[in-house]
Formats: sequence, C-alpha cells, structure tokens
Amino acid sequence: MSTDLFQSPDYYNIDELLSEEHILVRNATREWVKKDVSPIIEEYAQKAEFPKQLVKGLAEIGAFGPYIPEEYGGAGLDQISYGLMMQEIERGDSGVRSTCSVQSSLVMYPIYAYGSEEQRKKYLPKLASGEYLGSFGLTEPDFGSNPGGMVTNFKDKGDHYLLNGSKMWISNAPFCDVAVVWAKNEEGRIHGLIVERGMEGFTTPETHNKWSLRASATGELVFDNVKVPKENLLPNKSGLGAPLGCLDSARYGIAWGALGAAMDCYDTALRYSKERVQFDRPIAGFQLQQKKLAEMITEITKAQLLVWRLGKLKNEKRATSAQISMAKRNNVDMALKIAREARQMLGGMGITGEYPIMRHMMNLESVVTYEGTHDIHLLITGMDITGENAFK
Amino acid sequence: MKVLVCISHVPDTTSKINFTSDNKEFDKNGVQFVINPYDEFGLTRAIWIKEKQGGTVTVLNVGKAETEPTLRKALAIGADDAIRIDAEPTDAFYVAQQIAAVVKENNYDLVIAGRESIDYNGGQVPGMLAALLKWPFVNGCMGLELDGNKASLIREIDGGKEKLSASLPLVIGGQKGLVEEKDLRIPNMRGIMSARTKPLNVKDATNGDHRTSVGNYEKPAPKSAVKMIDADNIEELVNLLHSEAKVI
Repeated sequence: MSTDLFQSPDYYNIDELLSEEHILVRNATREWVKKDVSPIIEEYAQKAEFPKQLVKGLAEIGAFGPYIPEEYGGAGLDQISYGLMMQEIERGDSGVRSTCSVQSSLVMYPIYAYGSEEQRKKYLPKLASGEYLGSFGLTEPDFGSNPGGMVTNFKDKGDHYLLNGSKMWISNAPFCDVAVVWAKNEEGRIHGLIVERGMEGFTTPETHNKWSLRASATGELVFDNVKVPKENLLPNKSGLGAPLGCLDSARYGIAWGALGAAMDCYDTALRYSKERVQFDRPIAGFQLQQKKLAEMITEITKAQLLVWRLGKLKNEKRATSAQISMAKRNNVDMALKIAREARQMLGGMGITGEYPIMRHMMNLESVVTYEGTHDIHLLITGMDITGENAFK
Repeated sequence: MKVLVCISHVPDTTSKINFTSDNKEFDKNGVQFVINPYDEFGLTRAIWIKEKQGGTVTVLNVGKAETEPTLRKALAIGADDAIRIDAEPTDAFYVAQQIAAVVKENNYDLVIAGRESIDYNGGQVPGMLAALLKWPFVNGCMGLELDGNKASLIREIDGGKEKLSASLPLVIGGQKGLVEEKDLRIPNMRGIMSARTKPLNVKDATNGDHRTSVGNYEKPAPKSAVKMIDADNIEELVNLLHSEAKVI
C-alpha cells in the first residue's frame, strides 16, 4: 500500500471544541495508525487474518478501556477521548476498531460496571494491557435483533453453574481468552457470566469466508455443559438492560469510528480527484465530482458535531440510549454512502487494494448491521418520540 | 546530567501556507502545529541519554500559550518538565537571549536545539545561544556520545562527516542521525497520563533586543502543469522548450 497521506477534514474548526488532551490523544492515535496499521492492513484484510501484532500497540496507546479508571489499568480518559481514538482507529480499519470496541465496551465495561471488586482486579488490568483479549456473547443463531428471546441458559448446580447454548457472529471469538456471556437462569432472567478459554466444553469455531471485517476474527461461542465457577457471575446487574448498557457504550464508539472511515474515504477521493486528469483537467473541476465531494464534507461535518455533542452528554452521564442510537445509525449510514460515492470517484482504481475505500465500504456493511441494525435503530428513535413500540 | 531541549512549535509539513496582513504575517487558521522535526530527533536522543545515564530532560519553548500543546506532547513522550517563555519568537537574537537567561539560571550540562526550524529556517538560534553562553557549539550534529563531561560528536559536512570532541557544557544543533525516524516516539497512554501532572512553567520574557524585523513574505510561483513528451520525440521537446518554455 502507498504512503498514508491522510489529512483530517475539519471544515467547522471543531478542533477548537476539543481540549489540549483530546487533541494529544487523537494525534497520538493517528500517528500510531499511520505507522503501524496503514502499511499492513490491506495485506491482512486480503488474506483474512487478524494482525495480532497490533494488540501490544493498541494497549500502549490506551485503546483498551480508555475510560476505565487508572486503578484497574485503564487510562481514566473522558468519553470524547475514547470517541476520538475510535475515530482514528477506524480511519485505519473498522475491523481493528471492532476489536477495541469489543475489548473496551463489551468486555471491560460490563466487568467494571456490573462486576465484583475481585472480578475487576482479576480481569481488567490484563484486558487493558492486551495480555487477555475478550469477546462478548449476546447474539444467537435465532436471536439477533430480538436478544431477549435467547435460549443459552445456565443451571445452578450447587458449587457451580452449568452453561449450555451457543452464540454467533462474535468478534474476537477465535482467540479470546475470556468471554462475557449472557444467558438465562432457571427463572428466565438474563445474567452475565465470565467464561474462560480452557473451561471444558467451551469451543470457539471461526466464521470463514466473510466479505467484510476481514482483518478481524469472527466466530461462535459454543457451550456444551460448561462448568462455570459461581464467582464468575457478574453480580451487580441482570436483565436485558445489562447487555444493552454495554451496547450503548459500544454504539457510541461506533458512531465516532464510522466517522473515521468516512473521513478516510473523503480524503482519498478529494486527493485523487485533484490528481486524476480526464479531458485535460483534474476531475475535481467537474460539477458532478464537486457535488459528491461537497455533500461528503457537509455530511462529515454534521456527523462530527453530532458525536461531539453526544460525547459531552455522555461525559455528563446524560446521553440516552435513543440519542446513541440516532448517532450510530446516522454516522454509519453516512459513512457507507460516502464510501460508495468515493469508490465511484476513483473509477477502476477504487476497486483495488491500492486505495482503502472498498475495504472501508465492505467493512461498513458489517458496521451498519452489528450492534443494532440500521432499521432497528430507526425504530428505537420512533419509539422514543412517539411512545409507541413498533417491535411487537 | 541535565539536558535542555529547545522545542520550536512549527506548522505540520503538509500545511497549506498562506499569509495575512499584507503578507506580513503567517495565517495560522486551520493549521496543525507539531514539534519541529529537527528538535524531535534531539528530544528523542535526550530521552535516551536520560534512560541510559540518568538525569533530567527539560523542554523549552519561546512562544505564546498556543504552543503549550506542543510542549505537553514533549512531556508525554518523556521529558520531565517544560518551560514556556511567554513571548513572540520573531527574532533569532531575541529568542537566543531568552533561552540564555534560562540556561544561566539552571546549570544545564547540555542544550540540544534543532539545526533549524522548518518554518522560518533561520538556523541561527543555537549558534547565538552558544555565543551568549560562551559554550562550544556543534551544528548539523548527527551523532552524540557522552562519557563523563566529554562529548564525541559527528557533524554533517558537505559530502561526508566530521568527528569532533568537546567538553560539556555544550550546545548542539541536532538533526536526523542523533536518532533515526523509526526511533521517534509516539506518546503512549502512560505518557499522556503522566504528562498531566508534569510541571509546565511559564516565565515572563527578560529584556532583549530585536535585531531584525520582517518586511513581508512571498510565496514561490505556483508549479505549472507537467507535460509528458515521448522519449523518442526529441523534435517536439526542443520545439516546446523553445516556443512555450522559452528557455532555449
């Protein structure tokens, strides 16, 4: 892949809304992505392999649990810093960002928010340092948008729980050291359990032949009479609201991340359009290309303001699930549309791995689907503004 | 070992350069600023010295409050403390006087500056500083080893290298070679967290002389389009050089 020339668009001087530390965190992440991710990511996406060598660097820049307090190995940063990191990492690749989202929001967050002090001390420092990688098991083969219908369950066997069932479409599954798994108890109440690799009956088959997030590993979590120690149950929250709380955190990161992918597509198309000459002039001079670019920067600017405001609300613990849904849905949809338009601007070159656009475009097909589909988020907004539940 | 690293706050190399106020001032609007690359090689070398031999690394900038993020990044990379002298760095002699005043107060063993800053490219401050301090000065420094108060240095000269020795205290104007590009450090999270509590002291400027003032700036003429001519078509090339470029 050619040199990463990315220059971040900031049409509304949004940097002025950020603190000195936000900019330091963002620029450090950007430099790291240019140095360690951009040169190798295309090759790993082409061969459908997770670049494991990035884990150490991700931990060093603080991408694993940036908002987890320092006493548990996190960085104690605010939500805008977390968002900016996700933006920069997804500017590199959605698959790498997915690994960070899962580790931070879906594994570290529930252990921090719903776990016991012993669980926090046991797992969080190792997850922050990248010694452990985690996965999150909620979706099942027959229960995607309707997670409350899950059939994975556990029974109290006195000195342990007996876990049975399976989870599907799980990022990081094939190599995870620990999994936060959501399952129903004998009364049908959803609880979180920490399952560790090596527990008898726990397997993680990989999902092959994906056309998307190829540099991230996806798989299943299969539980066949797995004996889970009782101290591995997350004690402080149960019910569907517990996993949905994790999803709020992850979706927030995705809203920022998708913005990064959109910026990379826009920046690539803008530079290409100024260099590519047809009919004796750069294609940037043609009205149809300008329309595409002008619409892209408008949408990116709107999306930047949306997540910045959402970050402020989240810092104040005032962001609602419905507000997060709106940002996730809007920004991923925006990014996907920009990727498609940018791909067209590059003509045949947009098809190749010489440029990152088609990789982003394919990745975003997953991002628009996972963590609540595009349509489901629309219904969440619909329910929030009307008070009417359109799911049932 | 007390090392002072002088840090210039310069536009990123990819910035679009424009001027305002009748071409008398640089237009900072929308420009990203970075640590001057020549200074960054010196900063990294200073951190290596600290890690290997012990001591402290102080970073210093002569500039207004807008330069503090650049100093904070230097702290996140590994400097121990920072000093900002609150003044506009518009004249090299004035800047050298400001730095000299700090050096005289603090007993540094070594001052590392970049050989030049990539914005105005004056290349004067470290030499003037050494003269004001009456210390030895090695410019274009691409190698530095310390043994007690003796320094072995390598200086880039036209077409080759010059090996020198000098005793501390010493001023050097550093460049690539002090460390390589691959050695430059990106602030990690521990660094960013520790930078929050490292001291960044703001000092008032001392009296100094401005020996130069800026008239105005001019940008080079924009590059014109490139025409590709087939290597076999010498006749057309000569024709175009004569009739269009008018150089023959």
